[in-house]
Amino acid sequence: MGEKMLLIAGRSTKQGVNLNIGKHSEAYRNITTTLEMNAEDMERLGLRDGDLVRLRTAVGEAVVRCKKRKPADLPSGVLFLPYGPASSQLMDGDTAGTGMPLSKSFEVEVEPVVR
Amino acid sequence: MNERARIVENATCTFCGCVCDDITLTVENNRITRAENACSLGKAWFAEHTIEERPYALIDGREASTDEAVEVAAQLLVNARFPVIYGLSDTTCEAQREAVAIADLIGANIDTTTSVCHGPSGIAFQGVGESTATLGEIKNRADLVIYWGGNPAESHPRHFTRYTIIPKGMFVPNGRKDRTVVLVDVRRTPSARAADIFIQVKPGKDFEVLWALRALVKGHPVDPAIEEETGVSLATLQDLVERMKSCRFGVLFFGMGLTMTRGRHFNSGALLALATDLNEYTHFVAKPVRGHGNVTGADNVLSWQTGFPFAVNFSRGYPRFNPGEFTTVDLLARGEADAALIIAADPAANFPRPAIEHLRKIPVIVLDPKPTLTADLARVVFTTATYGINTGGTVYRMDDVPITLRPAFPSPYPSDKEVLRAIKERVRSLVALESIPQPVPHLLNTGTMPGAAS
Repeated sequence: MGEKMLLIAGRSTKQGVNLNIGKHSEAYRNITTTLEMNAEDMERLGLRDGDLVRLRTAVGEAVVRCKKRKPADLPSGVLFLPYGPASSQLMDGDTAGTGMPLSKSFEVEVEPVVR
Repeated sequence: MNERARIVENATCTFCGCVCDDITLTVENNRITRAENACSLGKAWFAEHTIEERPYALIDGREASTDEAVEVAAQLLVNARFPVIYGLSDTTCEAQREAVAIADLIGANIDTTTSVCHGPSGIAFQGVGESTATLGEIKNRADLVIYWGGNPAESHPRHFTRYTIIPKGMFVPNGRKDRTVVLVDVRRTPSARAADIFIQVKPGKDFEVLWALRALVKGHPVDPAIEEETGVSLATLQDLVERMKSCRFGVLFFGMGLTMTRGRHFNSGALLALATDLNEYTHFVAKPVRGHGNVTGADNVLSWQTGFPFAVNFSRGYPRFNPGEFTTVDLLARGEADAALIIAADPAANFPRPAIEHLRKIPVIVLDPKPTLTADLARVVFTTATYGINTGGTVYRMDDVPITLRPAFPSPYPSDKEVLRAIKERVRSLVALESIPQPVPHLLNTGTMPGAAS
């Protein structure tokens, strides 16, 4: 059983540059599977930069690599992942009648991948 | 630079909604080797859109000519009972018009990437209205610039430098020094460095903060417990309200942090209402920061052709608008669409999983200059020329200003407009063969009906 956190999917410069290079490129795959996480949360979960974590929601799951961010920049319990196939796997199709799926600040379960 | 290099002045970058039209391109052997004035995203856009050795089209993975693919695409669309047309934010207005015409001919659903971008803001505009301005006006006048729920330093790198913060303007002659910049977000992004004030809101609490600001602007008391709820102190909110009421020209730019989170159109609506409220005291405007190069054009073209900006359905022979019903994520996630024409967008890379799963089950037609994840699951794939680099046309900047493109070099591939026009013509002839009720001649021009042509 993992810990519940809020995932924000969004743009980053690297994601934008790499989608120009191509969606099949390794660089694009790497950037869209690099999860930013609060440094203190990572320490509590025994994670270091580059470790794999599994994110899970009711609709799907994705394994991504974590990267620490200063607590002042990213609050505890909040995760950031550049848009891409990994974030899509976690998003629910229900739009509450708006057309817009919840793409930011939705709950995910975070679990370190045992090596 | 070799002797055969060509310079294209005032070229337009169509990567993001800033649509910067002051780029100087160096073109050598059908490749852009330098893009002066472009940001890092723009440089990658120009450098990576080269002529790649790719088939003109693929049908079920087999190489085909554009004409063959047009025939198959038209057949798939005409034979579908609930076709959806989606994307359109990275192509010209001229191509968008052709897509609307196809939707009209076959009674399709047409929707754009707006529905997963500022669609909720579009809903809010209809409910609340929009106090608006062009970026030129903002550049020349704004002395208070607030960004809410967006990270332009990474998503729109030249927004600050070309339009809003840095440039000197007619009424802000000292540029940056004459402006106060505020960033409101749930995380401290690289954009915070450009701001004088950074306000960090708890995730999902934007609406509460906006509503508290509205109360304070109107002079109503706000409980200091707001800090516990939202992470923002009452003193911070009061300070912001003072700044908003006392500025000469204020602007609220807002991003996906409002539209993609709980509350969606209520969040955008609260911000638009706040801007309207502030006009009791000073001049205040609100603008969504738009993502793709011509997503604003897609809103404009759909609006002028159908009366609605996105989520339009022609199945009854006339346009109907209903987000939630006619938006693409919903149509796919509910398993309703039975064919899809995707133009210049990649839903397989950013839609929710249930929507992508349905895309895998239905015939999909894709038009794109690049290989995409959606093309991987499509039955018909057209390679098209890149708008702005290989083709001319019109795009709308995020402030609804139309800009004419100056292509840098030709492409062997057809434009989106050419492919869509060919599909439209073929669809038209197929539909005519089927059973469109023809007007009965003796009912026309009888002169007996009010308003009949004389």
